[in-house]
Amino acid sequence: MSNNDAFIILTGVSKHFGPVVAVDDINLTISGGEFFSLLGPSGCGKTTLLRMLAGFESPTSGEIFIDDAPMSEVPPYQRPTNMVFQNYAIFPHLNVRANIGYGLRYDKLSKAELDRRIDESLEMVKLPGFGTRRSEELSGGQRQRVALARALVKRPKVLLLDEPLGALDKKLREEMQLELRALQESVGITFIFVTHDQEEALTLSDRVAVMARGKALQVASPQQLYNCPVSIEVADFIGQMNFIDARVIEVEGERAVLEARGLGRVRAVASADFVRQGAQVVVAVRPEKLSLSYESSSDGRCSVQGEMKTAAYLGDRSHIYVTVDGCEKPLSVAAQEVESSSGQPIERGSEVWISWADESLVLLPVA
Amino acid sequence: MREVSYIERSNRPLHVYALMYLAFLYIPVLFLPLFSFNDAVYAAFPLKGFTTKWYEQMLASEPMFAALTNSIKVGATTALLATVLGIFGAKAVTRYRMPGKQPVVFVIMLPLVIPGIILGVALLILVTRLGINLSLYTVTLGHILISVPFAMATLIPRFEGFDKSMEEASADLGANAWSTFWRVTLPMVFPGVLASYLLCFTISFDEFIMAFFLAGTDPTLPIFIWGQLRFPLLLPRVLALGACILAVSFVLVFIAQWLARPGAIRSLDSRP
Repeated sequence: MSNNDAFIILTGVSKHFGPVVAVDDINLTISGGEFFSLLGPSGCGKTTLLRMLAGFESPTSGEIFIDDAPMSEVPPYQRPTNMVFQNYAIFPHLNVRANIGYGLRYDKLSKAELDRRIDESLEMVKLPGFGTRRSEELSGGQRQRVALARALVKRPKVLLLDEPLGALDKKLREEMQLELRALQESVGITFIFVTHDQEEALTLSDRVAVMARGKALQVASPQQLYNCPVSIEVADFIGQMNFIDARVIEVEGERAVLEARGLGRVRAVASADFVRQGAQVVVAVRPEKLSLSYESSSDGRCSVQGEMKTAAYLGDRSHIYVTVDGCEKPLSVAAQEVESSSGQPIERGSEVWISWADESLVLLPVA
Repeated sequence: MREVSYIERSNRPLHVYALMYLAFLYIPVLFLPLFSFNDAVYAAFPLKGFTTKWYEQMLASEPMFAALTNSIKVGATTALLATVLGIFGAKAVTRYRMPGKQPVVFVIMLPLVIPGIILGVALLILVTRLGINLSLYTVTLGHILISVPFAMATLIPRFEGFDKSMEEASADLGANAWSTFWRVTLPMVFPGVLASYLLCFTISFDEFIMAFFLAGTDPTLPIFIWGQLRFPLLLPRVLALGACILAVSFVLVFIAQWLARPGAIRSLDSRP
């Protein structure tokens, strides 16, 4: 591969369907062997972008380069990409072997080579012995494996996956996530994965592009996305987040002091240049970065008093909603168990203290 | 406790109605084979006795066989061409984005509602103006015109009924448009193609008005039979022929149902 760091380049790619702008001026660089996800709510343009990579749609403007070659004039059947469709698109009139071998006819292989490649890919997706089955004799998970094998047997440079795990139940989906990641590492090619499931994107990807209204809001690693979102929209889409309006009092180098509604004076890292003295910003904090106690914190952490309103039990943890005077919405606090230090369960209406560390606050521009 | 759910419970008056409906529809048809074995010139009760002489007469009647052959030729050609045109039309209508699609579909479907006699006269005028001699070719032309809407109506649901991503998957795997059509599209719509062929054949086979205007010296079977009705002595052998056609129709319908059963077309393309 010639230019591995910039294996796929999208420059100013837009797609209009009549008056509707589905994809709006996307600039992206994806490296070879990367597991890259397009994440966003339905209608955000992620599938259209994937279909442009596959060649089913052509960009209204902009250009897509794969391995240095411009793709606009290249039809789907000549692109170095293969796709796993959302509904798998297994040909119902062909058996599993014929499905997997479907595209190999165009690669001019000998009969022996063809059979060997098909066997190999059946092995790879753990379906040896399923060759003569029909699509209607397969479970959802097995169909998905056949679709993967059918695409990978062509040895594409890029594998495109359109919400391939969406139709599977939760347990099978988690199993397939691990397998998909292992598969990607073993074949070593670029995977571009479309999903609306943020957990899935974070689990699988090297990098994620969060999309909304046809635009890429943030392109970053899962850790960066979770810990340092660049906007309220991204922070809101990835996991849960408390947002509190605040005004910047003063900035000293990396540190900022703010007056936050309900929380009073807080300190945070001045992450970007919109954090200027006097500016209105939003303080964002994850529920699991807040802790709950009956007493005011003594270890130097910032804290505020509130009243427990409700608790949502989530199995491995609970989200406790605490109303704080001055805050618009109750703050959500994640806790392992809903009980006080003395072992008493926290009751509704109890007075509690919420505390946090300065580094856990993220400053975001007002939307 | 009832074994069947609410929606599955049958309704006795409707049961009786359905049986009466079927009896009313088919008993007159069954008189045809009955009288074809009756030893009397006139089709009337009481029955006179069993005979196969009408069948013997039928087999000996060369003009009748000529007409039958004509009808099969016209029917087979009509069904083939109308179905091929129907496949193209249905694919275009269901797959491509094009301006003026609705008006085009409307015009294609128009022969469904235009009376045959109008179409027949119009075509007769056109054909004679162009100086073309009336023949089985002109009949076939007319029959294609009225069959294409039926072919389209049979095929469009088939095209709509299968997922476009099947064709996209084919293109993605390296097949060009032509290859995709033969390896994916056609096998997927094949039951519809077969149904369209049989339907168009049937339409052509018993069509009278267009054939009446457009046939030259070679009559199709309906025109031949119509001619025979003027001679009462020739009627019994027409009954015998009718009985034969009935039997063949039953076999054809049976074959069509058997071919259209789920999974019947599996083994068309199993090669990788």
